[in-house]
Amino acid sequence: MIKLIGVEKTLGGQPVLRGVDLEIPKGKLTTIIGRSGEGKSVLLKHMIGLLQPDRGEVWVDGVDISRLRGKALNEVRKRFAMLFQGAALFDSLTVFENVAFPLREKLRLKDPEVTRRVNEKLEQVGLAGMGHKYPAELSGGMKKRAGLARALVMEPEIILFDEPTTGLDPLMAKQIHDLIIGMQRTFGFTAVMVSHEIPEIFGISDWVAMLKEGRIAAMAPAAEFQRIEDPAVREFISVGGMMPLPVNR
Amino acid sequence: MIVRAIAKIGRTALFIVQEMGRMLLFALASFAWLARPPFRLFQIVKQLHFIGYKSTFVVVLTAAFTGMVLGLQGYYTLRKFGSEALLGSAVALSMIRELGPVLASLMVTARAGSAMTAEIGIMRITEQIDALDTMAVNPLQYLIAPKLVAGLIGVPLLVAIFDVIGIYGGYLVGVELLGVNEGSYWSSIESAVEWKDVYGGILKSISFGLIVSWVCCYKGFYTRMSAEGLGTATTEAVVLSSVLILVWDYFLTSVLL
Repeated sequence: MIKLIGVEKTLGGQPVLRGVDLEIPKGKLTTIIGRSGEGKSVLLKHMIGLLQPDRGEVWVDGVDISRLRGKALNEVRKRFAMLFQGAALFDSLTVFENVAFPLREKLRLKDPEVTRRVNEKLEQVGLAGMGHKYPAELSGGMKKRAGLARALVMEPEIILFDEPTTGLDPLMAKQIHDLIIGMQRTFGFTAVMVSHEIPEIFGISDWVAMLKEGRIAAMAPAAEFQRIEDPAVREFISVGGMMPLPVNR
Repeated sequence: MIVRAIAKIGRTALFIVQEMGRMLLFALASFAWLARPPFRLFQIVKQLHFIGYKSTFVVVLTAAFTGMVLGLQGYYTLRKFGSEALLGSAVALSMIRELGPVLASLMVTARAGSAMTAEIGIMRITEQIDALDTMAVNPLQYLIAPKLVAGLIGVPLLVAIFDVIGIYGGYLVGVELLGVNEGSYWSSIESAVEWKDVYGGILKSISFGLIVSWVCCYKGFYTRMSAEGLGTATTEAVVLSSVLILVWDYFLTSVLL
């Protein structure tokens, strides 16, 4: 389980997180929503130790990773995977090599086993036969799928998704959401997703948390979250599409 | 007003010292990671191919014309004293001691150094470096250390090529075009060039190789997260590497002479 206690972070002189307290339930899909620039991605990066808090603690199954560096932090990171906003595929490697990268680096598997596992993951994300292509030859949706395959290939316990559908058309966004939820249900990993896709996220998330002014303004199971009376939450989810807005003609 | 000016100078001085410390730690950490498994021989060879082999053409071209110009200038200067026979030694000593290491390193900075900064900077902006971290792969070990080693090995080899081609460039102009005696061209080189000239050049090229790869990797690694930031980082990398090469060349020459 991931637990953040009083996490504060200032970037470029601007306070971004002002005391985040958050508990991510194990084996569930938790989505963090909030306005652009609220620090959702910054929060996600604290969970995997890419950023260290100025104050506060980040606990992963009983280990405070905000105090860890080097090898000890890497040991914790082996339990994680992350799908970045732009997929963060290595552009000098093919899709196959990208997905094989963590296997070769961390497990030192023999080539036939690497090939088998990579092809299996590429097939699961609908990229069978695309392994030879370079990231520059892929569409936005295909890049996200390849990134998802790379995230899944090590069968991690926790996967962080940083706006996995940004820049995709609604159909492609739905496909990616279906893939994420399908994989999460199949493999049972803990998933934390940052997203703006309202109302879609309520259909796929177990829990929803909202970040506002550097703090968690609300957190509840997805169905309950939609009934929260807090004006800031209501405004955000209604503008996001939960309630139709009047059309000016 | 005066206090504010002093404070500004102080802040700038602190920033420079901080930056120098960070650069030093960056290089030390990269070399420390080099000593830890997994040893990334393939990455080193790949970087050697990029920094060394792919710079060969531009280095050969620069060396040939530098040698030819030296042949031409040297001939007209030496002829005034009736010493054309010393053209070979003039060209060879200039090449081996000074022009080879400096010009080859500047060419590597322009061709490979700027590309290194841009490559690492783009990896930073597109979160590829963060992705390495999340996969528990240290970016200094995977990305930076092989480039530093490749710079240390590749630049001296390119300088050696530069020296040889430059001397042949001088030969082409001096002997083939201007009629200097071939025997005196080569024998003046043999009698004037000493072992300490050669190892001085090698020492310079090794340190220049380190400067180029170190500065260019550092600037790329800590680039600001924007297209403008990447452009600035690339420019700074090339300018700082070039200036450091020239400044370090002066200090090294004053020690080696």
